[in-house]
Amino acid sequence: MSSAAITRPSAEPKWVLPSRGRVGMFSLIAAEAAIFTIFVVAYIFYVGKSLSGPAPKDVLELPIFSTVCLLSSSLTIHLAVRALRNAKVGAFGLWWFVTFALGAIFLVETGREWHHLIFDQGLTVSTNLFGTTYYSLVGLHAFHVTVGLTLIALGLIFALLGKVKPEHGERAEVFSLYWHFVDAVWVVVFTVVYVIGR
Amino acid sequence: MKKSYRGKITGPVAGIFALPAAVLIAASTCLASIGPAIPNIFKPESTPADSIYRLSLLVLSVTGAIFVIVFSLIAYAVVKFRGRSADGPEPPQVYGSNQIETAWTVIPILTVLILFTATARVIHAIQDARKPAGAIEVTAIGHQFWWEFRYPALGVVTANELHVPVSDPAHPSPTFLTLMSADTDHSFWVPRLAGKTDLIPNRINKMWIDPHEVGVYVGQCAQYCGLQHAKMLLRVYVDSPEQFAQWIQQEKMPAQTTDAANEGRRIFETTACINCHTVSGTVADGRFGPDLTHLMSRETIASGAAPNTPENLKTWIQDPDAIKPGSLMPAMKLTDHDLDALTAYLETLR
Amino acid sequence: MASDSIALNLVDHGARPIGDRLHDWIVTVDHKKLGILYILYGLIFLVIGGIEALIMRIQLIVPHNHFVSPEVFNRMFTMHGTTMIFFVAMPILFGFGTYLIPLMIGTRDMAFPRLNAFSFWLTAFGGLLLYYSFIGGSGLYGAGEAPDVGWFAYAPLTARAFSPGHSTDFWTLGLLVSGFGSIGTAVNFITTILCMRCPGMTLGKMPLLAWLNLIMGGMVILAISPLTAAQTMLSIDRYLGGHFFDAQAGGSAVLWMHFFWIFGHPEVYILVVPAFAFASEIIPVFSRKPIFGYPVMVGATVGIGFISFSVWAHHMFTVGMSSYGNTFFTVTTMAIAVPTGIKIFNWVGTMWGGKLQLKAPMLFCIGFLFQFLIAGLTGIMLGASPFDWQLSNSYFVVAHFHYVIVGGILFTIFAAFYYWFPKMSGRMYSETLAKWHFWLFLIGFHLTFDFMHIPGMLGMPRRIYTYEPGRGWEIWNLIVTIGMFFQIAGVIAFAFNLLWSAFKGAPAGNDPWDAWTLEWSTTSPPQEYDFAKVPVVRSRRPLWDLKHPEDPDWKYDQ
Repeated sequence: MSSAAITRPSAEPKWVLPSRGRVGMFSLIAAEAAIFTIFVVAYIFYVGKSLSGPAPKDVLELPIFSTVCLLSSSLTIHLAVRALRNAKVGAFGLWWFVTFALGAIFLVETGREWHHLIFDQGLTVSTNLFGTTYYSLVGLHAFHVTVGLTLIALGLIFALLGKVKPEHGERAEVFSLYWHFVDAVWVVVFTVVYVIGR
Repeated sequence: MKKSYRGKITGPVAGIFALPAAVLIAASTCLASIGPAIPNIFKPESTPADSIYRLSLLVLSVTGAIFVIVFSLIAYAVVKFRGRSADGPEPPQVYGSNQIETAWTVIPILTVLILFTATARVIHAIQDARKPAGAIEVTAIGHQFWWEFRYPALGVVTANELHVPVSDPAHPSPTFLTLMSADTDHSFWVPRLAGKTDLIPNRINKMWIDPHEVGVYVGQCAQYCGLQHAKMLLRVYVDSPEQFAQWIQQEKMPAQTTDAANEGRRIFETTACINCHTVSGTVADGRFGPDLTHLMSRETIASGAAPNTPENLKTWIQDPDAIKPGSLMPAMKLTDHDLDALTAYLETLR
Repeated sequence: MASDSIALNLVDHGARPIGDRLHDWIVTVDHKKLGILYILYGLIFLVIGGIEALIMRIQLIVPHNHFVSPEVFNRMFTMHGTTMIFFVAMPILFGFGTYLIPLMIGTRDMAFPRLNAFSFWLTAFGGLLLYYSFIGGSGLYGAGEAPDVGWFAYAPLTARAFSPGHSTDFWTLGLLVSGFGSIGTAVNFITTILCMRCPGMTLGKMPLLAWLNLIMGGMVILAISPLTAAQTMLSIDRYLGGHFFDAQAGGSAVLWMHFFWIFGHPEVYILVVPAFAFASEIIPVFSRKPIFGYPVMVGATVGIGFISFSVWAHHMFTVGMSSYGNTFFTVTTMAIAVPTGIKIFNWVGTMWGGKLQLKAPMLFCIGFLFQFLIAGLTGIMLGASPFDWQLSNSYFVVAHFHYVIVGGILFTIFAAFYYWFPKMSGRMYSETLAKWHFWLFLIGFHLTFDFMHIPGMLGMPRRIYTYEPGRGWEIWNLIVTIGMFFQIAGVIAFAFNLLWSAFKGAPAGNDPWDAWTLEWSTTSPPQEYDFAKVPVVRSRRPLWDLKHPEDPDWKYDQ
């Protein structure tokens, strides 16, 4: 026999297990959290230890605008997912696009900040310990934002092609977990780099 | 193969006992009867090594007892509960026992507590020991692949062979070492004197020894530092107070050379030698390689890789890879005549 | 039916051309095929890693030997360690998990089959990238090719200044890539075990193999990332001029050590926990009793999983941490001995009062028990920090960890091979040849690794390509090398047994061991879809319930 039902008790409660997408995404988020933790630890360890070169308080300004954009995008993606679950595909597309725009603004602002740091302040990854740890940590986060934006763009294309349906709400929600994680990491990075470290 | 094993210990099962017994007997015999030149951690001659040794006796007793008990249980179970055949009724299907689980949780926790308290005491005793007034201070700097030793208070710089005075427990004169590195990680390990401590760039570590017996103690670098890690050897000469004082006296003096070695000295001072080596009292003040001022006071060259003989010196200068392939000493490519003269000069650096 | 089965023999049936069958294996997302691919990949690298070990042992058989140059020797110990951990042990253990978990929890595949395939191919590619270094890299002083910085690649030896060329980068990138594969596999394990169990199989009723792989998966998620982070930092140092580990710029060599060992210590538990899983499945079946103390076994392993993240600096007792730091890590290291010991006692408790069947899987598990006990005890010795100041970085440590990995993990891997080979191939292996394998390997293992402790106690450090005569090390090195040849003979018997039996072994049937978990209710080998009907279970041993309807497990409160 290949297999058989083993027993069939008469009154069987419904067998419900967690959703695969969520558990998988949470596991991935845990792994990513671990990698960010190590970069944050390295950043904190090296605060004040640079032997030369610009110090954080000399060159860093609070990136308020880009932070507001990024954190708002958590709200807009939540609205997008809720719209899709309520079968409002048009509203989904709109909020999804706003999320993309806000994330893109964040990346552009980061780019501008880096341009200023490199060309006006002379701070590169090889300048000193601050430069190394700053660009690595903020860069790692920006990389994760880029990956997220790429996937959002993909979703946007599908939406424009009319291929997104309400039953994709679960998938959109699982993806939004990643996006919320990216935003949460930014809260930590912002606090460590721009508040504590300065 | 179908012999009955009821109650008897035979055949392969006996083998299970025989091998560990053989190992234990071999190990204890050899460890007990080891000669003095052997860096045996169970033959300590200095307080840190001795404290560790005493702790190890406790740890070995406890773990040995655990081993005997658990091993006996496993062996007994294998013999006693061996199934005669695959057929027949299944044995009682026991799922577990809370009392037994509690017992074999509590007893290990108590054992760990005992081991841990004993260990914590030794950690503090060794690491937090205060430096007495009569202590000798040595700065050890690790290089690829040699040891630099500086005695800042005594004005002495040497390499590879460390001299320290014997320490009388009544009037201790321990040696406190400050450990640093010029390049990669190294580790100072002379087993009969102390546990090892690493030399790490951009970091200052400390250790101490107080040898009780005059003699030579061997060790070597114990942290992989590159190609010739294996030949970064250590020799610690524990001298009587008089011998030590005499050695210091000698080492403090600048190079004493004779006119006979002038040609060699000229070659030394006009070739690249002075870029890496120091000979105090001359223009040679390089710091990349060992200080050669008192080269001939050392029994070995190349950090223990070869005995200090004129032949070996010549080989070392002409073709270091023959002695220590990959060491950072370059082949000097001198003519035979120049090589002889140079060696004659080096021979005068006592 | 023949065309669905995953028989290991590619020769018979004649049904489809070999090109098609190979293509199947390359594009497969079926967990059984991927499991077998992982295992075969690991076995190939086992041979390669073994050759690297043999080269070292021949070099060390006498002092001042000239069998290989120091450059080659240093590459050998680096590659041997890296290969055995990342490309032998992890693939084989992940492979067994991938194959068995769906079958044991009553489902038809892993949660993410394509991710499963992707993870395997990432791991495989990482290994090939590492080995490409033999052709494409250049190491210390431009004289070498493969990496030669040791498997833990301490900074600043790995800096550009001390390791020019690309050999270190092959190490970094090969492991980075395979690390992503490991994370993918872990995500799959966790999701499958939490989300796809068959009806009735609560967490308290699933096989210990599933529990232990769940815990291992969680550990991989948290432990591999620190290594990935550290390797990224190293690459930034080497290629972008970063200063993470650059002493000249104020960087810290010790920081690398912390990051590496925050990965490295949990990693060895990641290796040993699936080994525990095999023992926990095999010992009960061959003792004809359920596992003693199932809840305690789960709890102890969860405890081990957590505590393993707090012991890492016991690899760093000699770097000059304060006495408080050393004391803390001594406590945690000794503490982890408690749940580990509890597990050993529970296995003995399982055997106690049982009816032991001393077939090959059980013989290897008994060897595991005995050897893992010793390995744990030498681990306690090393955990006593002052004792470690003598023993660390010496051959005592090398003996200790080989005792765990070879004497513990490899023995259970052999046990797992013999236990599940009938299921995977549909054929029985030769018990006689398996016993030859066991005894030859046991003798060789003990000759090598028992006596290896002694040079460590006599002051012989590790990672040295030669040693001085007159320090009392010669005889022990000779015995250690001789033991290798017995082990090689054992492994040859093993390989021959598997190969021959795959083609010519007697048909095994569904359940040759009269076992109790769900995989034994499928055909041998299982159909592509695993289960025709999704099973419903009521206890930890569904097949026991079926075979003993008068006395099923679910009647008892466990």
